[in-house]
Amino acid sequence: MHQHVHAGAPAAPVVSLSGITKRFGPVLANSDVSLQLYAGEVHALLGENGAGKSTLIGILSGLLQPDAGSIVVRGQTVSIAAPREAIALGIGTVFQHATLVPTLTVVENLLLGQPWWVRLRRTQTLERLAELSRLLGVSIDPDATAGELSLGEQQQIEIIKALWRGERVLILDEPTSMLTPQGVRELGVVLNRLRSEGMAIVLITHKLHEVLEFGDRLTVLKLGQVVGALEPQRFQEMTEDQARRFIVSTMFGRKEDSVDSAASARAPVAAAKRQTSVLQQPALLESRGICTVRRQREVALDGVSFTVHSGEIFGVAGVDGNGQKQLAEVIAGQMQASSGQVFFDAHDLSSASVAQRQALGLRYLTDDRLGEGTVGSFSVALNSVLKRVGEAPFWQRGWTRDAQITSYASELIATYDVRTPGPDAPIGTLSGGNIQKLLFGRELIRAPKLVVYNKPTYGLDVANIQAARDRIRAQAQQGVAAVIISTELEELVELCDRVAVMSRGRMVGIIEACDDYAEAIGGLMVGGDSR
Amino acid sequence: MDTLFTQAFATAFIAGAITAGVPLWLAGLGEQISEKSGVLNLGLEGMMLAGAFVGFSVALATGSFALGFLAGALGGALVALLMVLLCVVIHLNQIVVGIAITLAMQGATSLAHHVMYARDFPRLPRQNEWAIPFLSDIPVIGKAIFTHHPVIFMAVLLVPLLAWVFRSTHIGLNLSAAGEKPAALDIAGVSVGWTRGLAVVATGLLGGLGGAVMSNIGAGLFVPFITGGAGFMAIVLAMLARGRPTWVLGSALIVGLAMSVTTALQVGGLQIPTDVVQMLPFTLIIVVLALFGRRAGLPASLGLPYQRGAR
Amino acid sequence: MNRGLALKLLGWLRPIAPIILALLIGALILAALGRDPSAFYLQILRRTVLSPSGAQEVLVLMAPLLCLAASLIVCFRAGLWNLGVDGQYMLGGVFTSAFAAAATASMPYWLAIPCLVAIGIAVGVVWSMVPALLRAYQGVNEIISTLMMTFLALSTGAFLIKTVFDDPESPVPQTIFLPIEDRLPRLFDSLVHIGVIAAVVIVLAVHVIMTRTAFGLKLQIVGHNPRAAEHAGLNVKRLTLAVFAISAGLAALGGAIDVLGVRGVVRADWHPSFGLLVVPLVFLARFHGVAVIAFVAFFAVLTIGGESASRRADLPHDFLLIMMSLILLILALTDHLISRLKGR
Repeated sequence: MHQHVHAGAPAAPVVSLSGITKRFGPVLANSDVSLQLYAGEVHALLGENGAGKSTLIGILSGLLQPDAGSIVVRGQTVSIAAPREAIALGIGTVFQHATLVPTLTVVENLLLGQPWWVRLRRTQTLERLAELSRLLGVSIDPDATAGELSLGEQQQIEIIKALWRGERVLILDEPTSMLTPQGVRELGVVLNRLRSEGMAIVLITHKLHEVLEFGDRLTVLKLGQVVGALEPQRFQEMTEDQARRFIVSTMFGRKEDSVDSAASARAPVAAAKRQTSVLQQPALLESRGICTVRRQREVALDGVSFTVHSGEIFGVAGVDGNGQKQLAEVIAGQMQASSGQVFFDAHDLSSASVAQRQALGLRYLTDDRLGEGTVGSFSVALNSVLKRVGEAPFWQRGWTRDAQITSYASELIATYDVRTPGPDAPIGTLSGGNIQKLLFGRELIRAPKLVVYNKPTYGLDVANIQAARDRIRAQAQQGVAAVIISTELEELVELCDRVAVMSRGRMVGIIEACDDYAEAIGGLMVGGDSR
Repeated sequence: MDTLFTQAFATAFIAGAITAGVPLWLAGLGEQISEKSGVLNLGLEGMMLAGAFVGFSVALATGSFALGFLAGALGGALVALLMVLLCVVIHLNQIVVGIAITLAMQGATSLAHHVMYARDFPRLPRQNEWAIPFLSDIPVIGKAIFTHHPVIFMAVLLVPLLAWVFRSTHIGLNLSAAGEKPAALDIAGVSVGWTRGLAVVATGLLGGLGGAVMSNIGAGLFVPFITGGAGFMAIVLAMLARGRPTWVLGSALIVGLAMSVTTALQVGGLQIPTDVVQMLPFTLIIVVLALFGRRAGLPASLGLPYQRGAR
Repeated sequence: MNRGLALKLLGWLRPIAPIILALLIGALILAALGRDPSAFYLQILRRTVLSPSGAQEVLVLMAPLLCLAASLIVCFRAGLWNLGVDGQYMLGGVFTSAFAAAATASMPYWLAIPCLVAIGIAVGVVWSMVPALLRAYQGVNEIISTLMMTFLALSTGAFLIKTVFDDPESPVPQTIFLPIEDRLPRLFDSLVHIGVIAAVVIVLAVHVIMTRTAFGLKLQIVGHNPRAAEHAGLNVKRLTLAVFAISAGLAALGGAIDVLGVRGVVRADWHPSFGLLVVPLVFLARFHGVAVIAFVAFFAVLTIGGESASRRADLPHDFLLIMMSLILLILALTDHLISRLKGR
């Protein structure tokens, strides 16, 4: 635990949120959230994907407006209608994704937004940059092109930008998710200095040790609600172990009265039984040392190796953006690996196209249902045969046979319970859950051997979620293996024989089903690999 | 053969290259401003035509070339406003609107010309040229390069001016940000809409001026379709120039040279087919595209409308 | 009025409203210029639809236009901007014309015509390969490359006509004149040649292929959502090349038909520019084959009748360009309105 000492009872909070609620259509992103930010304190905000952290930040920084609740800044109730107003109120935000213009230099990026009719205040800007750099304890080359700096340096500039006009509240959204251990250490130094300056800092993170090291106060969000909070005093009193357990159980722990808990309680025992037999099956998918080239603002795979056996359900856990999508695309054939190999059913996939892999029985259910999985303007029927254009019986010598497609689609719709006015309805009229069911059907038909699922139950309602999970399980009984990429720990715990955790493009560990499955996986997730 | 190398010939040749190139680089610079801010402006040909017609008419009516050029620029700017309304405010497809504007201006200027000038086909008198003292006394180049209508010198000065604006003013920064990452500009509190709108209007001004130069100086009169694809040529030049005004100047001069060479060759009696020479700049461009196309350096948001918070 | 009804109405209005509005605005402009709008439009009809020879001329003009329309439909449906159609059209016509006299002299007629057509198409296809390869393998924006190739085509064509393809007996640089009896056969006693029929068949064939075959569907997937195309396992590169080849081939076919059916000869200063004008028609028709025939007919009527009406009203026939651009703009606005109503 850090050595920071509080000087008695804190003064009034700098920012106070009460009862913040925000809806996006059917999804309740924030539900009655209240928290306070104090000067000279780091307030850690924890929660898994979909917990509502980004929405809260959006509200504080002026990008979103709450449906209900109030925001009080330095004693005055305010409404933050635009990013400009947040800045005017003294709230600076450093987002997860850089807002620097990559082709401009550091100085030019900092000059953006100043009144355009004046000459470029280069000297003043350079001075302020130097001042803030000193404050943060970092050194940046003002004439370097922003896009060519390391992610850590880019982030330092973002922090400087956020503090430019003397902001007193600094929000950091998952600042370490893309940093090297060195970068994280430097960030820690910066945070300490800012705190001693009296800044009120919000640190959004999922990394337990960062919370322990930097946090003074913490709030845990889950599914839009505050499920746990620790004030500085109580926090300080705890030992590291106690704090860790408190956080993990609040974030990942089982609720006594939920459907999932019963299932999850069953799962480890049943899973353990299956597991021993499944792991003795022949290896079906084998990846050896896959690496990819780093694309802009994305994590690159760094030597990922694992094996999936016939009939095994293999989970991939981890915070979004740690290489899971790239892994799925490499296996499916949509992305080329720069080194390493993938073997499927004893075939070397190095030169296999997407279509060839599908023919071998390797299927991919993408998480991007609308952007990639379907063509929005096509009908349900056409989308159901999207991956089989030109094949019999839907096409004969190139000619479309509508009747065949329609009857096939109708069958799919019936078997997978897709709610739609009919096979000819445009797919855009279906709800997300029904589109997902259709995609399920599309991938599972025609003798699949292994299906890669990317977030298979994302955005579905409870009934559909359960149906999807049952389906995956049923398929596994019949020998169809699955690789499930998910940010829902409960789901992975319930379904998977083994779960691997991805962090920064590497697989940091593989956990086999056991009694405290969730805690073990969760611990690996929050632990990361910066130890 | 001897005529090819007489001084008078060489002078006419180089001067012709510059006269042909000026409208191209004016329009090209204008397009560069648009594209920098993220707007693909296919209506440039239309803006040039509007400028050519308006510039010619005003110069004819008032007898003042200066007023003519000013009017031409404003004419182009007016057409640009239409594009701003449709593409930046209403977010219609930039390519479709650009083509529509070009067609509209082709028709409108042709119509206007018919109504006003088809009877007598008036011409403008050759205007006085400024001779830069000293420099214009250099044999051949002196007359060719340093003796021109003042607007040509202005056009040359525009190049370093624009380069300076791009590099060292807030306007330049805002343009770059709007084209590369409009979200960053928005967060910094600058309106992306205004930035792009003003950029397109600037394109109209320069395109219109380029058109006016074509009709008033290059030809001395206006005929329908006088621009003959120069606008599209300028668009390509701007795309290839990777954001550097000097490259627009350079490539425009090369094309201007090619165009001037054709007349030169005819005068000189050489048998090199003019078409071959005319093909050279285009071929060069294709080669450049093939070699460097991938790293084209076009702004990341070119052609994409910006809406805050769009998912 | 509920949204569903409003949407249905708009769906019907969508193709018709731009035309009616454009005609109205055209009438206003005419009136402002002191011409009689009703006399103008009446003359258009009298010259074309209401006159037997006029109607034939309209049909003949439609032939190359329909080829262009087919060409654009193919590439637009695949999401690609082949703005080089004018260049491909021209080169197709130039090469066809260049070999026409020689072919008809050395081969039986029924063999010569198909060969000439094939030559024209082949030239177009080859000409499109540069932008096609650049786009497929290097991701180069095809708008620039096709525009450049058009400029190059005009120069190349002119050069060839002045040199290799020049008719030595003619004072002006042009290809060897193809006498009428050697051109495309005509139907009955009219001006309408079989190229017209062929063009209609081609447009309908393109429509059928795009909407009823696997190949057409693949192109549409690439056009609507290239990422989904990758995800679905389609070979996007090869499809891109195929699209360019087909689109360019059709455009060149238009040029070939123009030469073999009507022109018979090509001068060095030939600058066909129908391409840009067919673009709004194709958009109006929503890329639908049958609808595009109707719109092309409308445009042909407007062009031929408009020329006569313009002359009588003492106006340049470029006046019609204004009408076409208005149609395009109003169409874009209507589409925008419709998508806004559909809700986002």
